[in-house]
Amino acid sequence: MPLAKSLIDEFAQIAGKDSVMTDEADLASYSYDAAVLEPVMPALVVRPKTLESLGRVTRLCNENGLPLTVRGAGTNLSGGVIPARELGVVVLTNALTRIVSINTEDLYAVVEPGVVTAKFAAAAAERGLFYPPDPGSQAVSTLGGNVAENAGGLRGLKYGVTKDYVMGLSFFDVDGQLVKTGGRTVKCVTGYNLAGLLVGSEGTLGVFGEIILKLVPPPAAAKAMMAVFDTMDAASQAVAAIIAAKIVPATLEIMDNFTIRTVEDFSHAGLPTGAQALLLIEVDGHAAMVAEDADKVETICKRQGASSIKVAKDAAERNKVWEARRAALSALARVAPTTVLEDATVPRSQIPAMMRALLDIAAKYSLTIGTFGHAGDGNLHPTILTDKRDHAAWKKVEAAIDEIFYAALKLGGTLSGEHGIGLAKSRWLEKETSRGTILYSKKIKAALDPKSILNPGKIIGA
Amino acid sequence: MADLRRLARMLGEIDDQLVSCMRCGMCQAVCPVFGDTGREADVARGKIALLSQLGSEMIRDPHQVKERLERCLLCGSCAAACPSGVPVVDIFLRARAILTAYIGLSPAKKLIFRGLLARPGLFDRLLSLAPAMQGLFTREVDAAAGTSCARFQSSLIGDRHFKTLAAKPLHELAAPRDEPAGASGKRVALFTGCVVDKVFPQVGQASLAALSRAGAGVYLPGGQACCGIPALSSGDTRTFRKLVLANLELYADKPFDALVTACATCTATIKHVWPDMAADLFNEGERAAIAALAAKTTDICAYLTDVLGVTPVATQDSAATVTYHDPCHLKKSLGIANQPRDLIRANKNLRLVEMSEADVCCGCGGSFNLAHYEISKHIGQRKIANIRATGAQIAATACPACMLQIADMASQSGGGIQVKHAVELYAQGLTE
Ligand SMILES: Cc1cc2nc3c(=O)[nH]c(=O)nc-3n(C[C@H](O)[C@H](O)[C@H](O)COP(=O)(O)OP(=O)(O)OC[C@H]3O[C@@H](n4cnc5c(N)ncnc54)[C@H](O)[C@@H]3O)c2cc1C
Ligand code: SF4
Ligand code: SF4
Repeated sequence: MPLAKSLIDEFAQIAGKDSVMTDEADLASYSYDAAVLEPVMPALVVRPKTLESLGRVTRLCNENGLPLTVRGAGTNLSGGVIPARELGVVVLTNALTRIVSINTEDLYAVVEPGVVTAKFAAAAAERGLFYPPDPGSQAVSTLGGNVAENAGGLRGLKYGVTKDYVMGLSFFDVDGQLVKTGGRTVKCVTGYNLAGLLVGSEGTLGVFGEIILKLVPPPAAAKAMMAVFDTMDAASQAVAAIIAAKIVPATLEIMDNFTIRTVEDFSHAGLPTGAQALLLIEVDGHAAMVAEDADKVETICKRQGASSIKVAKDAAERNKVWEARRAALSALARVAPTTVLEDATVPRSQIPAMMRALLDIAAKYSLTIGTFGHAGDGNLHPTILTDKRDHAAWKKVEAAIDEIFYAALKLGGTLSGEHGIGLAKSRWLEKETSRGTILYSKKIKAALDPKSILNPGKIIGA
Repeated sequence: MADLRRLARMLGEIDDQLVSCMRCGMCQAVCPVFGDTGREADVARGKIALLSQLGSEMIRDPHQVKERLERCLLCGSCAAACPSGVPVVDIFLRARAILTAYIGLSPAKKLIFRGLLARPGLFDRLLSLAPAMQGLFTREVDAAAGTSCARFQSSLIGDRHFKTLAAKPLHELAAPRDEPAGASGKRVALFTGCVVDKVFPQVGQASLAALSRAGAGVYLPGGQACCGIPALSSGDTRTFRKLVLANLELYADKPFDALVTACATCTATIKHVWPDMAADLFNEGERAAIAALAAKTTDICAYLTDVLGVTPVATQDSAATVTYHDPCHLKKSLGIANQPRDLIRANKNLRLVEMSEADVCCGCGGSFNLAHYEISKHIGQRKIANIRATGAQIAATACPACMLQIADMASQSGGGIQVKHAVELYAQGLTE
């Protein structure tokens, strides 16, 4: 059902005529995100150019009971920006790209929600500061999307994830009122910790305006290395031993044999295709400490049975180590038409068990699954390579995904380390939490958004 | 248009390519058009999604999809950055052909492509009269001009700061020739390309001078046809096929070591687009000839440095500064980036300084510039700002289409910057 012309005009009055889209082709281009799910056409797309009009658009949607989905770069992997089936309005933030300020004395920045993560990190770096959260999509993802998904990245183990950098937030409630939470100070206990509630809310509780992000001084030095293991168990034990030795690497990544072979086929970087696991490790900090930590890591890996370990001697070699990791998704994605990037996460110590479970699941459903991920924090990315046009195969994929989640939960893990719940995983949420959790969450949602216009159906289901 | 099923079936032919896009959205980081408009339908992911949705009949208006598809520079920035290796430009060219076959070619384009471009002789004769016909031809030409190679037609449009057609095209300045291999032992065929022929004949002359200095014999046939990309990017496969065959007639089965061009777009077209389209449009014998020719095709700068041994020399103190823009069709399509720089460095009177974002598209994109001048201009303004920030007196590049765009932007932003092809700068050094 199309929207009434008078209503479309109201959106145009608020945001400008050129910022409202209703053509079939434009609507269709906002019917999907990076999740492998069925597209849904919105009824209208609007691209506010000011925060003020973002607030007014939110209010207009509420007044008319129109389900509103905020969209940043549309890179989330859980259907978080697939609009509602009826009368969905997609609100774009990619015209709200101002870095309002970077404060080098108090180490924070104020940004609009549509600022691209990597551009922000680069702007901070220009001022001699460091914004650590680095999701694989950072070249395009927006900070609003990062906050709404509580995005992680390669540096999660040592530096934490997006939530650890959100000092404060302003957001619009469904009436278009501006709500402010947190602030520019390291300490701030003024009122409820609403920012804590809003981080990871996937657009279901409010629409972010300005975000205040913490910045830190950059590490002075870094060293990268690559350790090769004949068994997954040995690699996982090395991970545990590194942490037990009180070394917290900035990055500690793992690749399974299938991923290693696929990356090697793709990039001919000289990876050991016979290895069962690769650890890619980077330590950072003061130069002396980095040297010492790197030595220790090397010793530990050898002790845990690494068949070889290579420490990058210069920037070029360091780059080569990370090139291999960056190539993981690219290489896997080329294997088959459909790439399902999963995100089941387990306690670190359970990585070998989870890896075994993944191999079993792949064998049981005769599927191709390559796994890589953040070994340091137990966040694995089992990547299923398939063709969604093949219905029989797709049925198997769905069953396999179910089993992956159950395996992760059984090992004390979680459905999603960083990709969010969205539409894709909401039906499993109760399994991980409890009936009470869902009801409590629904009560919050009903109180804050009585007409359920804010990204309905996401996280807690319909 | 009732027969959407038929269109869906036609699109089914490219379905295997369409599904290779995993919707990751990473192309948003590099697409110059998206960078300006922020609209999903302007980025590769959006366009590919629209084609899939048209193919599955989720959407029903092919005209809208065609219009979105044409908002594209065909610069290949997306394909070069795509983690999934989606052959984006290939998809777009095929999809344009399918949509054009379904919807039909506009009458103006029919006139230009089939009546003119497909007949090189007539085309050349008419254009030699072009300045006199400016008033007469402006409108049709505007509506119809193809991509980069055909963009010289826009020189007929008065209010832009375009390069005008050269007083004499290369094919009048440089006689056809068929020389034996030179001192280097190499014999090289030169493919001129429309823009070099008609707007920048000096680039062709510089190419000839450089090749002869490097000891290569040159094969330069008369009556060359356009490489076909303007027609193909408008979906006119018939004219494209005709032009390719006309060129095969001149170049296939001739004994030379390499086919070189000074036009990045022509090089990428002959090397990649011809073979990519061959399966659909050509018979087996033609396909073999195309494959053989494509294998021998390369860029003039790359050939001079990689094969003929031109190397950088020490720069003189009095050297003028020059900065270099990477044409998309050279760096992203062919991976050629160092060679034109080395060629510039082979002129002792020039000092090369790098601009930031040297490999970001200049925004030309052939017919894109005509149909979407505002977006093209915004992209170009960023390029010229980066060029000016270097303080260089000369902006160099290695594609005549980029030269048109940069010249337009340079002149609109106050002038004072010379726009040159790398091979021109090198050849200058030979006579200084
Ligand atoms: C190749 C690839 C690699 C990835 N790697 C990682 C990774 O390493 N770590 C990781 O955590 N994720 C990763 N992701 C997932 C995704 O990039 C992140 O979830 C990212 O944070 C999404 O940002 P976005 O701007 O694309 O948001 P979108 O996808 O547009 O939106 C995501 C959610 O945020 C909400 N939202 C957006 N803006 C606002 C706002 N202003 N106010 C309220 N809600 C808002 C949306 O409604 C939606 O629910 C990856 C994705 C891809 C495709
Ligand atoms: S980068 Fe490639 S795979 Fe990703 S959305 Fe763009 S075209 Fe598709
Ligand atoms: S070819 Fe260039 S303009 Fe076209 S979608 Fe790709 S990056 Fe954008």
